Amino acid sequence: MATVFIPSLMQDLTGGQQTVDTPGSTVREIINALEGDFPGMKTRLMDGFRLKGNITVAVDGEVSPIGVLAEVGETSEVHFLPAIAGGQRKIA
Amino acid sequence: MTTTYEPNQVLSNETFKVVGTRPIRHDGADKVTGRAKYGADYTAAGLLHGKTLRSPHAHARIKSIDTSKAEALAGVKAVVTSKDFPPTKDTADFGLGGQPMDRFRGNLLAGDKVLYRGHAIAAVAATSPHIAEEAIGLIEVDYEVLPAVFTAPDGMADDAPILLEDLTTQEFGKDTGRKSNIADHFQHKMGDLDKGFAAADVVIERSFDTKTVHQGYIEPHNVTALWNDDDRIHVYSSTQGSFVVRASVSEALAVPVSKVRATPMEIGGGFGGKINVYGEPVAALLSKKAGNKPVKIVMSRAEVFEGTGPTSGSHTTIKMGATKEGKIVAASANLQLEAGAYPGSPVGAAAMCVFSAYNVDNVVIDGYDVVVNKPKTAAYRAPGAPNAAFAAEQVVDELAQKLNIDPIELRLMNAAKEGVRRADGPIHPRIGCVEVLDAMKAHDHYSSPITPAKKGGKTGRGVAIGFWFNIGFASSCNITVNNDGTINLIEGSTDIGGSRASIAMHAAEVLGITAEEVIPQVVDTDSIGYTAITGGSRTTFATGWAAYEAAQDVKRQVVARAAKIWGVDPDSVEMVEGVIRSKTDTELNMTFKELAGQINATGEPIVGRAAVDPAGAGASFAGQIVDVEVDPETGKTDVLRFTMVQDAGKAIHPSYVEGQMQGAAVQGIGWALNEEYYYSKDGKMDNASFLDYRMPTTLDLPMIDTVIVEVANPGHPYGVRGVGEAPIVSPQAAIANAIQNATGRRMTSLPINSVAIMEASWAAKTS
Repeated sequence: MATVFIPSLMQDLTGGQQTVDTPGSTVREIINALEGDFPGMKTRLMDGFRLKGNITVAVDGEVSPIGVLAEVGETSEVHFLPAIAGGQRKIA
Repeated sequence: MTTTYEPNQVLSNETFKVVGTRPIRHDGADKVTGRAKYGADYTAAGLLHGKTLRSPHAHARIKSIDTSKAEALAGVKAVVTSKDFPPTKDTADFGLGGQPMDRFRGNLLAGDKVLYRGHAIAAVAATSPHIAEEAIGLIEVDYEVLPAVFTAPDGMADDAPILLEDLTTQEFGKDTGRKSNIADHFQHKMGDLDKGFAAADVVIERSFDTKTVHQGYIEPHNVTALWNDDDRIHVYSSTQGSFVVRASVSEALAVPVSKVRATPMEIGGGFGGKINVYGEPVAALLSKKAGNKPVKIVMSRAEVFEGTGPTSGSHTTIKMGATKEGKIVAASANLQLEAGAYPGSPVGAAAMCVFSAYNVDNVVIDGYDVVVNKPKTAAYRAPGAPNAAFAAEQVVDELAQKLNIDPIELRLMNAAKEGVRRADGPIHPRIGCVEVLDAMKAHDHYSSPITPAKKGGKTGRGVAIGFWFNIGFASSCNITVNNDGTINLIEGSTDIGGSRASIAMHAAEVLGITAEEVIPQVVDTDSIGYTAITGGSRTTFATGWAAYEAAQDVKRQVVARAAKIWGVDPDSVEMVEGVIRSKTDTELNMTFKELAGQINATGEPIVGRAAVDPAGAGASFAGQIVDVEVDPETGKTDVLRFTMVQDAGKAIHPSYVEGQMQGAAVQGIGWALNEEYYYSKDGKMDNASFLDYRMPTTLDLPMIDTVIVEVANPGHPYGVRGVGEAPIVSPQAAIANAIQNATGRRMTSLPINSVAIMEASWAAKTS
């Protein structure tokens, strides 16, 4: 299972848990699984079918330009990060 | 490690035939002869000229706009305001992430409020620029002037005037419901900060401020747009991202993206500031309203300063603790960055970079994105990172002093390396932080005495190191093979810093031809697949990679064609350094050029293509050694010697890497010593010209030595790491550290100009 690092300002949803081992082969599946265990997570991270404009995701240290479609491996680390420039994920 | 002094060194581990050489740039002749076509050069039959009315107030409600007198002026063909925008959806993504459309279009032409002096309100198209200018003066706007706020701390205050009535603070996806100028607050946390500080023998805490500064590109923003009778829009502009222009025009004007064609003209500098779109949709609106005539808008320098995006001013508090042995055990940062009039400061990047050169177990970083009554900020090389490094690298310097440890040695003792986790989460892959610091330590500059004073002032030396993460993102490339053995390379990345050459060299290396045998062309959005911006230090990495893959595609076809000509199995043929040969029959061989001459007689044309979206961009580190002289009578600081060291992974064209490094040094010197938006109390920029906005000239600068370190990026075929941003991150801090070394005073605000030096001196004497 991938290890998801929960941003400190979202740890109110996980009862203070900083990391959560979560099943899923894509970021979307990871978020859906998180939502099952920690209701409210999906609303915080997603806007419709995509990540919110001010949030981005890094899988194994690589910020994904394709957001929730990014593939996740069995031993991957997943980090949800503030978008680089407040809604501008792709930047100079 | 080299010990012999050379002004420009390349510490190379791997050599190639083309990669790593210094061919003359393909666009050089056109540019040095003045024949290259920039946006302002564009002309067309029936061309109209556009001018923009801008707000004289930093914050005001627009009660009414009367354009009737302007419309009645002879020669005026169209006047537009925000009311001319068609209805559209709520949010859109221009390749920059989702943005609320009302804010995006509100920055193009203000709606019911102006949020900064220089905010565009209306635009006119006329038969001459002079008539357009006169017409602008005839537009009557009735304002209700509102109180304004200009810094992040002031904007965050409970009683601050609110800029955007619908803005509530977001905390990592959670809407707090609090109406505020704080658009966003986030936090990175790692380890136990209190425990870390408890273990520290020395703790330093300081606050730092930086002012708004502009990228200072020489060429002003410009656009010519034609909304044709067939409802297709063609935009010619100076841009770092033609596909951003296409998407922005499409979304702003609610027309299908297929109806918009964006042609990137040559670009006279951008540094991130020409990613955002300003006049393109407005010129298109004017074109349509004027009866489908082409409309050209060229900004003045004052408009560039006041109406386009500079980088953020900031307020940063850094606290760091270290043991007496020199181990940094705790670090915290509170980063408050000005977003300008609409949310979107680079505070996220600042937080990613602030401590990423170090291995620290206990870290908390808080970031705040704050709207203020200044132009909406845009990217400026490594956006946000210089603000953060100016603060953090001075605190590291102070720790070194308190601990009596050499400042490079302290950085080496705590340097980030492969496997170290950054405070924002990801683990560093193979990086060159240690190698850069080693190269700084070994450099002749660092082992030489501080450069003697030239004017009898106080001299000092400072060092600093900066991190930038770099990005990949999508690029496309097509290659066609000509019968004379040359290739046409078609790409979509605007060439700002010599990328035609570096991208061409990728393909040349694969095909075993010279860089001169590649003919690179940057084309419009109808002529190439999607290509993300020229920015993020991505172009040589990602578009270069696309060229590499397109050349590999050509190589496969070339091998197959040779096998067909020879009547042998393609698997028995290979291509090595430009020679196609049989693996088993030494008689069967020919050069790429020889095969190219037979293409048309032996089958279909050979066309290579590639579309990539590569991961593994590979972060870069850059460090500086700076000697300064400070005149105690006037406060003037002269930079006596400057050495820039950077990990380029692999320098495809070392001259252009050195250009990035030297350019960053120059911009860093200007940012450190002189540059700022000098505002009056009511938010008017008092120095909106290059005469008064004091950028360095050659007379202000020493020769800038460079050292290119090459720690190959395993994520790229040739080991490339982007080089456009890391070198701008910490020159300001290095200079501040040098000034502290010279004067004994820690300068916590930029710019450190004569006034700041003298005020600090007088304050010290008074106390």
